[in-house]
Amino acid sequence: MNQLALLGHAALSKLAAFGRAGMMLFQSLVAKPQPVIMFPLFVKQVYFVGVLSLIIIVVSGLFIGMVLGLQGYTILVDYGSEQAVGQMVALSLVRELAPVVTALLFAGRAGSALTAEIGLMKATEQLSSLEMIGVDPLRRIVAPRFWAGFVCLPILSAIFALVGVYGGAIVGVEWLGIYDGSFWANMQNSVDFYDDVLNGLIKAVVFGFVVTWIAVFQGYDCMPTSEGISQATTKTVVYASLAVLGLDFILTAVMFGEL
Amino acid sequence: MRMRILEISVGAFVLAGVVALVGLALNVSGLNLSNSDNTYTVYARFENIGGLTPRAKVTMSGVAIGEVADITLDRDMLMARVAMNIHGNVDFLSVDSSASILTAGLLGEQYIGISVGAEDENLKDGAYIEDTQSALVLEELIGKFLFNEVSE
Repeated sequence: MNQLALLGHAALSKLAAFGRAGMMLFQSLVAKPQPVIMFPLFVKQVYFVGVLSLIIIVVSGLFIGMVLGLQGYTILVDYGSEQAVGQMVALSLVRELAPVVTALLFAGRAGSALTAEIGLMKATEQLSSLEMIGVDPLRRIVAPRFWAGFVCLPILSAIFALVGVYGGAIVGVEWLGIYDGSFWANMQNSVDFYDDVLNGLIKAVVFGFVVTWIAVFQGYDCMPTSEGISQATTKTVVYASLAVLGLDFILTAVMFGEL
Repeated sequence: MRMRILEISVGAFVLAGVVALVGLALNVSGLNLSNSDNTYTVYARFENIGGLTPRAKVTMSGVAIGEVADITLDRDMLMARVAMNIHGNVDFLSVDSSASILTAGLLGEQYIGISVGAEDENLKDGAYIEDTQSALVLEELIGKFLFNEVSE
């Protein structure tokens, strides 16, 4: 009986957390727009969340593209169809790897930082102080961070895909000697702008929404202690990664799986 | 000054995102907006389309001049009816042109090749190409080959 009660308690508290997350999102985003105050805050967050994530995105995009080129070449050269490397690299990057890997890196690099920052603000009672002087912390702290993450992830994902494709081209064309023209022509024949590139971007937009939402909520909802902050940061990375991978399957099934 | 550097870097970041998207569009997906609207449709009936799919390319002398728009079954003639969107600037296909379903390479995708005939009159929007050649289906070929072997 006790176990049953425990289970019920756990389920209820998870549901309550979902409810709080929804409330938080609604309250921070649905309000009278104040572009003059909000825009500089937003720009600052885009800098912290987006610009500073650029290095890790570019470097990992380059290496993932190069690895794809190398692996694809070693397999496809056996069948004499190494020209298809370009198509393989571009499709796997644009459809899958760019949005997913960017979202995972983003959760680790920017999501955890957002959680820790907001959590520390809560622990040091900066959020309560803001409330006391009549500033809504949801609008001033949470909203710009949320929008910044939402905007940055698609941009980062596009950069990741492009850098990855050129990484694959460096390995395939420059080092392994695939004929330049057929490498790009095969790629351009098989990659469709609307079906592949735009669907990949839609994925990135969805991941941006989910990852940033989880990050700001975990920060806002954490226990205001040092232990609570560390737990919240861990939860952000774990939940965001799981959500990204799970949602990726659903989105892929809807977009490409003809379900 | 701190705010200024920050704004400049954010601007560069957004610009990099736009450039990446344009690069993906033009360089990776080969998006071509210029002649996507100006097309006309011609039809052809095939005995067997093999593995032809919509969006497969339509070529003439190996040059892409359009794409397959739609594949339906003709109820009256019991054949596959393929609708092709041909670029508007290719307006010199004569009415006795022939269409055949070809395969790129041994295992490659299938596409339609059009070769022009000798008539002066040209195909108009909605016209039918009468002279068609079906796809080569490997199983049928093997079947014929085996049948000939046995009968000899």
